[in-house]
Amino acid sequence: MKYLSEYRNPEMVERYIEEIGKIATKNWTIMEVCGGQTHSLVKNGLLNLLPEKVQMVHGPGCPVCVTPINLIDKAVYLAEEKGVILCSFGDMLRVPGAKKSLLEAKASGADVRILYSPLEAVKLAKENPQKEVVFFAVGFETTAPANALSVIHAQREGLKNYSILTSHVLVPPAMEAVINDETAVIQGFLAAGHVCTIVGISEYYPIAEKYNIPIVVTGFEPVDLLQGIYMTVKQLEEGRNDLENQYSRVVKPEGNPEAIKVIEKVFQVCDREWRGIGTIPNSGYELRPEFAEFDANIKFSINIEKVEENKECIAGLVLKGVKKPHQCPQFGKKCTPLNPLGAPMVSSEGACAAYYHFSQISDSE
Amino acid sequence: MDNKIQMQLQCPMPKLDFDVITLGHGSGGLLTNRLLDSGVFDLLKNDLLDERHDGAFLNLEGRTAFTTDSFVISPIFFPNNNIGELAVNGTVNDLAMCGAIPKYLSLSFILEEGLTMKEFWEVLVSIKFACEKAGVQVVTGDTKVVEKGKGDKIFINTAGIGTVHPKANISIKNIQVGDSVIISGNVATHGIAIMSIREGLRFDTDIESDTQPLNHAVLALIEKFGTQIHLLKDPTRGGIASVLNEIARDTKLGIDLVQKNIPIDEQVEGACEILGLDPLYVANEGVFISIVDSSIAENYVQILQTLPEGKNAKIIGRMVENHPKQVLLQSNIGGKRVVNMPIGEQLPRIC
Repeated sequence: MKYLSEYRNPEMVERYIEEIGKIATKNWTIMEVCGGQTHSLVKNGLLNLLPEKVQMVHGPGCPVCVTPINLIDKAVYLAEEKGVILCSFGDMLRVPGAKKSLLEAKASGADVRILYSPLEAVKLAKENPQKEVVFFAVGFETTAPANALSVIHAQREGLKNYSILTSHVLVPPAMEAVINDETAVIQGFLAAGHVCTIVGISEYYPIAEKYNIPIVVTGFEPVDLLQGIYMTVKQLEEGRNDLENQYSRVVKPEGNPEAIKVIEKVFQVCDREWRGIGTIPNSGYELRPEFAEFDANIKFSINIEKVEENKECIAGLVLKGVKKPHQCPQFGKKCTPLNPLGAPMVSSEGACAAYYHFSQISDSE
Repeated sequence: MDNKIQMQLQCPMPKLDFDVITLGHGSGGLLTNRLLDSGVFDLLKNDLLDERHDGAFLNLEGRTAFTTDSFVISPIFFPNNNIGELAVNGTVNDLAMCGAIPKYLSLSFILEEGLTMKEFWEVLVSIKFACEKAGVQVVTGDTKVVEKGKGDKIFINTAGIGTVHPKANISIKNIQVGDSVIISGNVATHGIAIMSIREGLRFDTDIESDTQPLNHAVLALIEKFGTQIHLLKDPTRGGIASVLNEIARDTKLGIDLVQKNIPIDEQVEGACEILGLDPLYVANEGVFISIVDSSIAENYVQILQTLPEGKNAKIIGRMVENHPKQVLLQSNIGGKRVVNMPIGEQLPRIC
């Protein structure tokens, strides 16, 4: 608990806000990459405390938001048509697919379970040998080791009824895609602390160098975020483009070698479609061919139509930081957490949901 | 020794020639009678119930409060408690929130075929324990059995009747700008206790559900403060955020909350962090919110703190004219945010 209270210290927050105000002489636009950071900034009311010169835009780091609609439909299909036990992290359940969400599938009788760890799904597979168990393996580098480990465990146990429906995404290629987008205006990044805890920080040096952009690996508590912002603004003011690590109490430069080993054993890098953004080359993980028997995509013949996203949803622009959630004409009107047009309004990490839940703008009138 | 354990020891399960509940036990025939005669009536014994008529005859005087609640919690057994005690306390507390002295309950079971008699007995003993603690009697009831797979072990409905305390005038219409918002104890305890034993989320903790009857504390406060207590609410499902949003909506006033004053157990807070849940939206069982005239607020909290149900009582906010129909929270670090009505069940996050 000590880490919680220390990094939520009101005096420290006040001091950093003051310091940022002192050093910022020009207008700067900084993107926090991770949805968890967005959530914390909004929930703690930090956006209103920052000086006007420092604008935060919200990045694509919300795994639920960027999982393609097609994959949700596949998960629903597996649960409803193939009679599998479909296991998922909680916040995937409410994300709308083309016809329905997993929560709606559950309501109409599909066996959909909320789990915290894919290893629980392996346990379920062991306990239910007559049923197929599929884990919906989404997420960034953060959840990849556990998902990979579940496959290794299933293999070791000789389980034939466990597979994963994977849609892993990777942060660095997404940051490059955001920088390369012609509409983007980002001058500095707060990189996602949890992701770097797993894979380390080495991948970010080339990005900082190639695009002349400061990157600060940052944590999630109020003081973490303000420290990260302070370090980024300082670099910008001094004309530096370095990679720095604010979250050094958790993130080691080399990451977690054991976790990386597990990921590399099970997954290989592939092109990946991002909901609202499109296909980004080398931006995801898929199972290596030697683990094909654990790939739900291969194991089951999944016949579903590919559908278009709702045209009124500007999720892509929000995820790239081009638009803020409340700049969307449908925000809080046609699109609410109860009737979401797109995924960012659903996930607790989604920028639209964060704005909706915690900002002054509300539908209470 | 814990009273609850004592009661379980005093009420051992009778010897029966069946171990599990079957469809026949809900048929109304011989098996039903055998189930009820097995000790159910003895366990909950009182003159009104012993009549064994189609309904109970009650003599009530003055203003009467009447409420009902259904209990479908899963799993039915949770740390230090079970659905039985919850079913009594839930209805008792709803009556207490009306400013009423709870008197009589109805008790209806929907049992799923295959429930073991041992589990059922344990639930019944908890019901007896809770009734004695709250000072209420079960005076009528019903038992139905549904096929395996059509229920989830046991569903309970209780309805309750109580006489309103002569000094009580509980109504949302009494709330005024400036009123204090008081919570009687730590938030989010019950919800996290349940979550800690759910399949797939299991984590090690000694957090126990805080379910308890609140009528004794509430009536002591009404006796002392009377009509200066404007509203009482127990923030069960949806947590304190839901209840406060309802109050803001119905009064067309705003509510300002101060985060650092909202009491929460350190372990519960830690669990909420790990699970990615906001404690303001997590279910409570053994706490209540009072909206009272600000002139009595300090005194009210002091008295509440002397009662076992209110050790951690705190003033957490006040009713304001600004931002009508909205609940605003001053965060620990000085920022402000809206506390909205929750959409549905809170779902644990990915990372």
